[in-house]
Amino acid sequence: MATAQTEIKVTTEIAAEHGVTREEYARIQKILGRDPNITELGIFSVMWSEHCSYKSSKVHLKRLPTRGKLVVQGPGENAGVVDIGDGLVAAFKIESHNHPSYVEPFQGATTGVGGILRDIFTMGARPIAVLDSLRFGEITASNTTSEEDAAKNRRILDGVIRGVGSYGNCFGVPTVGGEVAFEPCYAQNPLVNALALGIARKEEIFLAKAKGVGNPVIYVGAKTGRDGIHGASLLASAEFTEESQQKRPNVQVGDPFLEKLLLEACLEAMKTGAVVAIQDMGAAGLTCSTCEMASRGGTGIEVDLAKVPQRETGMTPYEIMLSESQERMLLVAEKGREQEVLAVFKKWGLDATVVGEVTDGGLLVVKDHGKLAAKIPAHPLAEEGPVYNRPIAEPTRRKETEQDWFAFAAEGAELTANFTKLLAAPTIASKQWITEQYDSMVRTNTLAGPGASDAAVMRIKETKRALALATDGNGRWCQLNPKAGAMHAVAEAARNVAASGARPIAATNCLNFGSPEKPEVMWQFSEAIDGLGEACTALGTPITGGNVSFYNETLGKSIYPTPTIGILGILEDAEKVLKVAFRNEGDVIVLLDGSNSSKAGPQAQPRAGKRREFSSSEYSKTIGGIVAGEPPAIELGAEKWVIDCMVALAAEGTLQSAHDISDGGLAVTLAESCFAANELGATVTVPEDAAAEYALFGERGARVVISVSPEKLAAVRNTARQYGVGAHEIGKVNRDNILRIEYKGRAVVSAAVPALRDAWANSLKRNLKLQ
Amino acid sequence: MKFGVVVFPGSNCDHDAYHAIGHVLQKPVEFIWHQSEDLHHCDAIILPGGFSYGDYLRTGAIARFSPVMKSVEKFANSGGLVLGICNGFQILLEAGLLPGAMMRNSGLRFICKHVHIRVEETNSPFTCAAQQGRILTIPIAHSDGNYTCGETELKELEKHHQVLFRYTTPGGKDDAAGNPNGSTANIAGVCNRAKNVAGLMPHPERAVEAVLDSNDGLVIFRSMIEALVGAAKATA
Repeated sequence: MATAQTEIKVTTEIAAEHGVTREEYARIQKILGRDPNITELGIFSVMWSEHCSYKSSKVHLKRLPTRGKLVVQGPGENAGVVDIGDGLVAAFKIESHNHPSYVEPFQGATTGVGGILRDIFTMGARPIAVLDSLRFGEITASNTTSEEDAAKNRRILDGVIRGVGSYGNCFGVPTVGGEVAFEPCYAQNPLVNALALGIARKEEIFLAKAKGVGNPVIYVGAKTGRDGIHGASLLASAEFTEESQQKRPNVQVGDPFLEKLLLEACLEAMKTGAVVAIQDMGAAGLTCSTCEMASRGGTGIEVDLAKVPQRETGMTPYEIMLSESQERMLLVAEKGREQEVLAVFKKWGLDATVVGEVTDGGLLVVKDHGKLAAKIPAHPLAEEGPVYNRPIAEPTRRKETEQDWFAFAAEGAELTANFTKLLAAPTIASKQWITEQYDSMVRTNTLAGPGASDAAVMRIKETKRALALATDGNGRWCQLNPKAGAMHAVAEAARNVAASGARPIAATNCLNFGSPEKPEVMWQFSEAIDGLGEACTALGTPITGGNVSFYNETLGKSIYPTPTIGILGILEDAEKVLKVAFRNEGDVIVLLDGSNSSKAGPQAQPRAGKRREFSSSEYSKTIGGIVAGEPPAIELGAEKWVIDCMVALAAEGTLQSAHDISDGGLAVTLAESCFAANELGATVTVPEDAAAEYALFGERGARVVISVSPEKLAAVRNTARQYGVGAHEIGKVNRDNILRIEYKGRAVVSAAVPALRDAWANSLKRNLKLQ
Repeated sequence: MKFGVVVFPGSNCDHDAYHAIGHVLQKPVEFIWHQSEDLHHCDAIILPGGFSYGDYLRTGAIARFSPVMKSVEKFANSGGLVLGICNGFQILLEAGLLPGAMMRNSGLRFICKHVHIRVEETNSPFTCAAQQGRILTIPIAHSDGNYTCGETELKELEKHHQVLFRYTTPGGKDDAAGNPNGSTANIAGVCNRAKNVAGLMPHPERAVEAVLDSNDGLVIFRSMIEALVGAAKATA
């Protein structure tokens, strides 16, 4: 029974069914010097899948900046690692789990979170925070979305939220932030990008390099089952068709309780000093962990599958090697000390078995009850997969005219009604209903949880410091201009980190795109990489890792290109964390503007340019039903000045609050600072050099709204001047609980804060129509 | 004086309880492994929050059979102080050390947020340092916090002053708006008749420092410390 499948004669047709092209098959034959057997074909097909091999993205990823003073480990390991001082390092990484989350939202999301957590504790770091960057189709019916589709999108959202929550809550890591955005293009391809952050002592970081010939290879954690076979190759590396629901068996199932035990046991086992290397079994399971550890260590690995703990009977070598059962780890122990390691796992009630050993000669040898099942050189398998420089072609876009762009309301128009509608737009509205379903406080390190600050801020108990993390991405802008959109994503994440008071130091990215086989998609990808590279270099945040998710397409239609960026920052004094809430009546509201500074000079832009730029805004989409034009021009210099200025102001302790300007513009920023406060409002006057709607809802970057007590104002202005950042006094915090925004001497927005808050705070719950 | 924090497989607020007692309040504290039947001469035992045994079967239902629970039961029956927080409360209910039972939240969703609870009874080792009627701001984080008991049981609880905390609105009003999970009579925490065993769904160990937005939880641990000091003096 177990050998029946291994006797299948491999042909190019069978290879094609595995997603292996004719050329790739020839390459396999060359590496082996013979035809592969079915198990070997399976192993090659997963390792050389787009998901595992980065074959279409590799040539572009090389252009990203990955080095920096604080970078301890860049891309290539399970997670990036940066030095955060006091002998500590932070390990962090973001990864996608998009397709599984569409096919089976709850399990897709749980295993997404589980996978990224394992990547972190595999490095020897204890996870301290999770953020999730989620994108769904529209949840309310409109002319682009039917009620049936909206209902489906709501169900997907509900499953994903429950999945994210159930895993993190049980595992005991706080889920502290991220984003939730909505666009029609994500209806049949939601994006679930999970970011995890962990902390370790610098000298205790573990790498996945199998060293020491004769050292035992130990399998720990969950038993292997038939779940998730070809998850990486067939589910993650192919676009969706009408039959995609049939791929449900390819989705893995998560068990956060087991993962919690695995975490504690792994960290304890590492402390024994007897662990040489460790890698989690995520995508491509046992295949990936064996060949990658051997390849990195310059060694070989031999395993006997008969020793692998199995959940089901009659599993073939093919199935065992390709299973993506969750909550499993492979580690290499020091020979003679394996009992110390095994004892720890026994204490935690986990399966741990010696399944093989490290060998010399660089071969991955897989046996089944002593009988040879596969024999492949590990390094070529792991590292010498195909690399494609795929064709690139800029899509031809219809030339837009002024008719395509948002037309500003006549001067003097009252904007409160539109503003209220904007506040209730799902992308802008409060996500509290979602984030309350996540434990955001466990382990009592959360200084700023969801919505409290522009970034999630976690203290590091044994030091004075805290870490800040934010994720950002704007698919709509990347669709209109992938390079500028990607730059904005970096700038906004960095600005968010700075608005919490922390200095941005490193980045991780999750690149969600359509099919790399389409030249237009590859153009978007290449442009986005250029944008990321330029922005990360300018802002001093090297990319330390992440992942690429291609084939985000359904029935031939791609999602918006959506690079999601996570940026990590250090706050030297945890007590100086900045939050968005206004604090006191009479505090002065100041707009910090990097582009309107002594260094840059005010940006003169013709009125048509402003209309064009404004057409890409959330307001234009929500109020005007228009998605067109270009994202706002980005000035990285201005972004950098504002960031540096914010970090300095936070350190001086002169600010009462800080909140950056992003989706929905200045008006939304002001409103959110009121909502977070206790019975406070704001009276503000906006500049008159552009239309009122542009001034209120424009989304140009490099701007932060701060509030300052009057006696500190001079000091704040002084610091802003030193950093070349414009500091414009635009209003005052009031006790009337009213938000009033004046333009050319009259109020264009004037409403009671509770009424606005109701539109913003309860929108999601109303729209979801769930209980 | 020494506190013990029990570690079950899946406990995840064990470190937070340890931090609150050991680092914030600077009192001796140690972890006790679930397989241990030895309570290490601790004077008070905390069953922490988390998902012991993954909440499989029913919250607290498996943990209740851990070897350590035999000793905890003995300790409780001989008058030792036992505090169950969240999952710890659920375990104490399953073990029969506290009256009542736990159901899913009425909204059927996990909820994590700050809530307001009123101190209903100060004549207990868990509330003796608190003011009667004081409103505490303390976070909850649970799926199954809908405390329930029968009418007779409720009358007994009231009669013997066993309801320690009730959910209220921020202003201290008793109504459904302040109750996050649908619990009977807005109950957030109870004790046994002898008042040496208590359980509550909110997490006082998450509200022990101003930087965590509240330090109202300290009063519960301070009460336990006072009670232990008082007991030590009485026997001295």
